[in-house]
Amino acid sequence: MPDEDKKRAAHRALVDRVLNGEGRASPEQRARAFSNADIPPPLHALIGKVATRPAQVTDADFAAAKASGFSEDQLFELVISAAVGQSARLYEAGLAALAEATVNGEADNAT
Amino acid sequence: MRLDILNRGYGPGTKLLFGLIRVFSGHPVPDAAKLVFYRPGFYGARAKKFTHEAMRGPSAWTVADRELMAAFVSKVNESAFCVGAHTATAGQAYQDGAKVHAVLADLESAPVEDGLRATLRMLGKLTREGKVGAEDMRQVLSAGVSRQQVEDALAVCAAFNTTDRLADAFGFELLSPEGFEAGAKYLLKRGYR
Repeated sequence: MPDEDKKRAAHRALVDRVLNGEGRASPEQRARAFSNADIPPPLHALIGKVATRPAQVTDADFAAAKASGFSEDQLFELVISAAVGQSARLYEAGLAALAEATVNGEADNAT
Repeated sequence: MRLDILNRGYGPGTKLLFGLIRVFSGHPVPDAAKLVFYRPGFYGARAKKFTHEAMRGPSAWTVADRELMAAFVSKVNESAFCVGAHTATAGQAYQDGAKVHAVLADLESAPVEDGLRATLRMLGKLTREGKVGAEDMRQVLSAGVSRQQVEDALAVCAAFNTTDRLADAFGFELLSPEGFEAGAKYLLKRGYR
């Protein structure tokens, strides 16, 4: 297996486990956290920050999510899903831009 | 850390291991290590494998270059723990801490090769804005970076955009400068496995 495929295969294995493997949060909840979409309050505040401005996460974000009934193990999984989801989107966006910039595996510097 | 399970939710074997690490390293176990030991079947095992592949697997980038990319992405994400950890690791790997600090302070004037500078610029834009275009990639390629190197850099970027988010969300405790240097030494010797 070429080295770049080993990197991408290892990444896919991580994404697949987080989304589809056994967990305390449902696969639907994990998928929403991964996509940072359709998350009900108050969990949406925590997940939204993990995806887009992680340095601003506070104790209060976790406290609010716990008060609404999520267990620590569920929050562990949902925060990880959100982090893996955002970085997977960045990875895909970068690879797509690279594919667009190259033709037949060679750099397309004509434009 | 913000979840009690990440501070206390470990079995006897893992607790013993943490104790041994404390005794032999002279430093507490970093929260980054604790995270991957909590229910490793959910995240830790596969995260370590991917991160190790990105950071230590075969690549035309040196280990030092990849650690610098990790530090740079972490700086863009304002992830203090990861900036500290990978600034120390890149500094030791290059045997040139000043070079790493120069890149984090001002990429454009820092003493690095054009290809690495163009790659870091692209990774910064992708991390900051969530997108890059073909033109951004053409600029990196025209600076002498191969397509494979761009892919390798994107893998580093993906690994650290994940780790940065978890460090900040779960609230990793910052280490002392000596603690970061000890962690860096470990990462250069053993990698992320």
